[in-house]
Amino acid sequence: MTEVSQVLAQAHRREWAFVLAATVRVAGDLDIAEECVQDAFVSALATWSERGVPDNPGAWLTTAARRRALDLRRRDRTLRAKLPLLVGTERAAFSDEVGGAEEASVIPDDRLRLVFTCCHPALAVEAQVALTLRLLCGLTTTEIARAFLVSETTMAARITRAKKKIAVARIPYRIPPVHELPDRLDAVLTVVHLLYTTGHTAPEGDRLVRPELVERALDLARMLSALMPDDREVRGLLALLLLNDARRATRTGERGRLLLLEEQDRSRWDGQAIAEGTELVRQALRRGRPGRFSLQAAIAAVHAEAPTYADTDWREILGLYDALLAVWRSPVVELNRAVAVAMVDGPVAGLAAIDTVAGDSRLAAYPYLQAARADLLRRLGRQDEAAAAYRTAMELATNAAERSFLAHRLQEVTAGAE
Amino acid sequence: MAQYLLLIYGDETQFENPPPELWNQMMEQHGTFAQGVVKQGGKIVAGEALQPTATATSVRGWDSGDPVVTDGPFVETKEALGGFYIVEAADLDQAITFAKQCPAPAGGIEVRPVMDTSQSSAGA
Repeated sequence: MTEVSQVLAQAHRREWAFVLAATVRVAGDLDIAEECVQDAFVSALATWSERGVPDNPGAWLTTAARRRALDLRRRDRTLRAKLPLLVGTERAAFSDEVGGAEEASVIPDDRLRLVFTCCHPALAVEAQVALTLRLLCGLTTTEIARAFLVSETTMAARITRAKKKIAVARIPYRIPPVHELPDRLDAVLTVVHLLYTTGHTAPEGDRLVRPELVERALDLARMLSALMPDDREVRGLLALLLLNDARRATRTGERGRLLLLEEQDRSRWDGQAIAEGTELVRQALRRGRPGRFSLQAAIAAVHAEAPTYADTDWREILGLYDALLAVWRSPVVELNRAVAVAMVDGPVAGLAAIDTVAGDSRLAAYPYLQAARADLLRRLGRQDEAAAAYRTAMELATNAAERSFLAHRLQEVTAGAE
Repeated sequence: MAQYLLLIYGDETQFENPPPELWNQMMEQHGTFAQGVVKQGGKIVAGEALQPTATATSVRGWDSGDPVVTDGPFVETKEALGGFYIVEAADLDQAITFAKQCPAPAGGIEVRPVMDTSQSSAGA
């Protein structure tokens, strides 16, 4: 790669959201803004190759994209006037602020507006996720389709439909008012977390991790944390992602075999990420009642700080799960709490705790419930019941690495029973 | 400002022959809602309560040239369309705020942007 294309690739990764968000305000339309930003990147390649890379590539790209948007609006005033403007972009639409010499410092940072528009609760979650990857991370429709294992046509239709709803139903390009902010922010954090978990344990396919999604989720969490430095849940989410991701290299062994927490080589965990994550957890827990992301991060921190699996402070983890259930009643959290109960009070108590949530229909297709039951039954020497639970878990699991792990365990318990 | 249709869905069996207290209470709630919309800078363009779906008649097949008339609502659902408002709001967020304030016991509200047919043929 030449130096120019390297700088451009880096700018694409780091500046896409800023450049697009600033251009949307001028263009008043997401599609036109995207076109203009793409054009800016294309012209940057030519111009920079000829005249050298500017001091501030992001500012150069922003100015170029915004000028292009303004040109388009002026030229096609009659045509574009028919397009409904994004609410919240009208005022700047025809202003001359972009025309003159623009300093990087005066370009407004509109990334949060873009975040809240992409993750608006009136859009389906799959659409929120797709728009976030497309508009905030600059991924192409092809890349997003591949990441979610759907056809490109399906993904393109999903994105088009969502953009049309934003324009026609007038979803505003705006940071929500203070009284709506907690709920709206929770939706944003949920999208970023969903991106991470989709990448962290790919729900389908052969590979356990899709690193590109994990990286993007981390980028987004960092961006949010920089834009909303005072929000504890934003900090909690970043901490949670860092602490989980610190273990990425150790989660699979030879030939992609899944390694459990107790089997992982802790010396290969990313110490820097753990240090940063635990510090963020401390800050997030410092004042007031922590939210669900901060509490999940705190649990991850307890695991990360234990020198060995046997040293894990399960009592503290159980206490944190109780606090988590108080703010976020979810059957998955109850299941995880049941596993902690097993570690504190033994497998019999754990099984009883699992049985209280097993009836929840939302967990009927959740492979981890049967896998957790199977593990406790195995430890109690109830091999036949364990085998049955492993079989059910295998039927429900869609990830190949997880399935082969379960098959291995099944083999162990059936061999032991003979 | 843009117009939105707020469709009020609910269990209509609850409102068959309502006792006068319940009726008055509902009217009062709708009055409070209407005042609230205006106070927040919106506007109520229209709004009506509908007779129960037992009184509905459906007419299908306009394009066949020989439409068929049947007894009953267009779609039989547990939550029936019981009334509507057309409101003016700044954007979807404000329309959703109004929808949250709109009385809809044992049911909910569907928010639909009204198409501005003077602007565009496709609505987008």
